[in-house]
Amino acid sequence: MKEILSGNEAIARGAYEAGCRVACAYPGTPSTEILENVVNYNEINSSWAPNEKVALEVAIGASFGGGRALCTMKHVGVNVAADPLFTLSYTGVNAGLVLVVADDPEMHSSQNEQDSRNYAKFAKVPMLEPSNSQECKAFTRLAFELSEQYDTPVLLRSTTRISHSKSIVQLEEPVTGLPEPRLIRNASKLVMLPGNARVRHPLVEERISKLSKDGATMAINRLEMRDSAIGIITSGVCYQYVREVLPTASILKLGMVHPLPHDLIREFAAKVKALYVVEELDPFIEEQIKAMGISVIGKQIMSICGELTPERIQKAFASIGVATAPAVAQPEESPAKLPPRPPNMCPGCPHRGVFYTLNQLKAYVTGDIGCYTLGFMPPLSAMDTCVCMGASVGMATGVTKVVSSEEQKKVVGVIGDSTFLHTGINGLMDMVYNQSPATLIILDNSITAMTGRQDNPASGYTLMDDPSHRIDLPLLCKAVGVKHIRVINPFDLEETRRILQEEMNRPEPSVIITDKPCVLIKREGVFEKGIVLEVSEDTCTGCRACLKIGCPAIEWRPEGEGSKKGKAYIDPFLCTGCDVCSQLCKFNAIRRSK
Amino acid sequence: MSEQITNILLVGVGGQGILLASEILSETFMLAGFDVKKSEIHGMSQRGGSVVSHVRYGKEVFSPIVPEGEGDILFGFELMETSRYLSLLKPEGAVIVNDLRIPPPSVLMGQVAYPDGLADQIRNRFPDFLLVDGQKLATEAGNPRAANTVLLGAVSKRLDVAEEFWIKALEKMVPAKALEINRKAFIMGRAL
Ligand SMILES: Cc1ncc(C[n+]2csc(CCOP(=O)(O)OP(=O)(O)O)c2C)c(N)n1
Repeated sequence: MKEILSGNEAIARGAYEAGCRVACAYPGTPSTEILENVVNYNEINSSWAPNEKVALEVAIGASFGGGRALCTMKHVGVNVAADPLFTLSYTGVNAGLVLVVADDPEMHSSQNEQDSRNYAKFAKVPMLEPSNSQECKAFTRLAFELSEQYDTPVLLRSTTRISHSKSIVQLEEPVTGLPEPRLIRNASKLVMLPGNARVRHPLVEERISKLSKDGATMAINRLEMRDSAIGIITSGVCYQYVREVLPTASILKLGMVHPLPHDLIREFAAKVKALYVVEELDPFIEEQIKAMGISVIGKQIMSICGELTPERIQKAFASIGVATAPAVAQPEESPAKLPPRPPNMCPGCPHRGVFYTLNQLKAYVTGDIGCYTLGFMPPLSAMDTCVCMGASVGMATGVTKVVSSEEQKKVVGVIGDSTFLHTGINGLMDMVYNQSPATLIILDNSITAMTGRQDNPASGYTLMDDPSHRIDLPLLCKAVGVKHIRVINPFDLEETRRILQEEMNRPEPSVIITDKPCVLIKREGVFEKGIVLEVSEDTCTGCRACLKIGCPAIEWRPEGEGSKKGKAYIDPFLCTGCDVCSQLCKFNAIRRSK
Repeated sequence: MSEQITNILLVGVGGQGILLASEILSETFMLAGFDVKKSEIHGMSQRGGSVVSHVRYGKEVFSPIVPEGEGDILFGFELMETSRYLSLLKPEGAVIVNDLRIPPPSVLMGQVAYPDGLADQIRNRFPDFLLVDGQKLATEAGNPRAANTVLLGAVSKRLDVAEEFWIKALEKMVPAKALEINRKAFIMGRAL
């Protein structure tokens, strides 16, 4: 049977067909939908972990117990999971273990564009890279087999264009006859004390050499000989772009990007007149080929920054006379400059009032990653730093260590519930242990909203939709040793401002927790739309105070074309009745509709 | 089947149902026996940002994204977003757009006005232009929320794929209780 699947759906299907038993992940664009699809296969125990390190450790345990295990994350997730990954490389596996890493060249929704292939080399584990959805499925299956055959975790690298593109996939039946999981004791292999690890390390080096040799005959590394004037080594989505832009070029398509099949590369290099590498991000393949003493052109004509596209590749080859320059559509007249359309917090988002207040109080906000990072955008404009998940807390502590006691009062860390449980909690331990005077706001909207509403340990449900214990955040903070914990209603601006001001002034660690849910939560009884607000045209003076919260439901309507005068209007379909705007209106012009 | 690849771009605002429409297109082309690829960026774009989805079909499709200036049809869900992505089209490309204006943040805030005369500007550059009052026709079909399906009908007329495949795809992708209205909306769009 054929179906159109995204790369992520195809990876999920591949795991199912491979007889995978356990799948564990922390969400992150563009990897999130893999687990959201795996959960539809009842044969697989699927779960969200609080962070990527735990997710990988759960997968390692399952593999040691003899069940095939899948773990997925976005590129920066591997930074968090790197610790177990590097030593897992030494222990190897019992049943197959596949770690899917989704890179985001161009940073469509990421804070950096690190190239995960470096992790394969660094951790000395093989990495496969599919170039369409069919290969996503097939390579996932193959990755489980290679993992067992070579006793190694296998990385599968995707990119945004692979994960989020759809193409046709041929479905197959799942494999059968895999051994039943059971407790397997093999301490000298699985307990990585120095004495044991010293025995394992040479085996890791042998494994990677063997894989490199065997790579020459693996079907996923494929020579496509056409015109011998141009030879291109490529992988992933770039393979598709090259086929499109340079249809007559000879290609060495790599399905395994680490270790490289040296023999095959030599054979290909000898067959073509000029050799090129087309790869996104780092010159990962290029540098290794150069180290083999083979001359090759790559980053000299294509950027390390951003993703490649058919146009960018065509331009690069045109610049050295190998392709014709792309025909750029010349606009007839210069197009009028259009206003941009950046993303925004939803109407009724519980984060909005908090950022409005932080702006009013001129707080120095060490921010974090989630929907609330949009608090950086005008008109809220209330975020001063954002580095990585969990960093808000440590950074708040750090800033207070160096600034004056007057400035210390301005320092507020802001973090979401999912991010707090991901890696923020350790920062809070430090904040208390080392007595920072900073204030931390936990924006608890009962969901991991940014990545598309995933449950987490503070939402009360699991990925498989079973009700579960809901972490009591105030109690958790208390257990860590925070003495001043305030739970507030973020829709009440007066209360929010008063409590924020009190805690900012306090020369001790304190935590403020908001407790209103995300408006996108569909589960019954969590978010409920309130009574929609409306603007009384007679009373509205057109002072624009309500526009300061940047709510998409509020629109400024000028009196006439080009007029500076006008009135506010509330879209009744978008308004959720959160009532924040009415508190900004001095004229009582915003009221609940009847 | 010719070697030709047909390139369709769907553009609009996050939350407008662009992804579903592009799924229906892809499903139709697969049912009609073509190779199909589609690609889009989700993530930040979900929160009311600008969205572009690429759908390509033909005998064998390589790149999942449409090279700039190669688009055959620009399927617009909103006027300003349609103007924004015109450079993706071939000079002889067709534009089919819903007559809808969704104000971006700077317009909501009263800092700038929503640009005027966009439809005429587009028509001047791309004579093969169709402006559809999707909401009105969808209301006639039974539900204003089926506006995208009216537009889909209008797009379908320009593509060399038999009606039965479109209907089959709709039957597969649209929930049963909304199917009748959507079928009607589609036929109305196809008659434009
Ligand atoms: C290490 C790492 N993993 C995953 C992500 C992707 N990601 C960005 S924000 C976020 C979670 C946001 O949830 P929460 O903190 O609850 O805030 P909300 O979006 O709900 O406001 C995730 C998973 C990331 N940026 N870095």
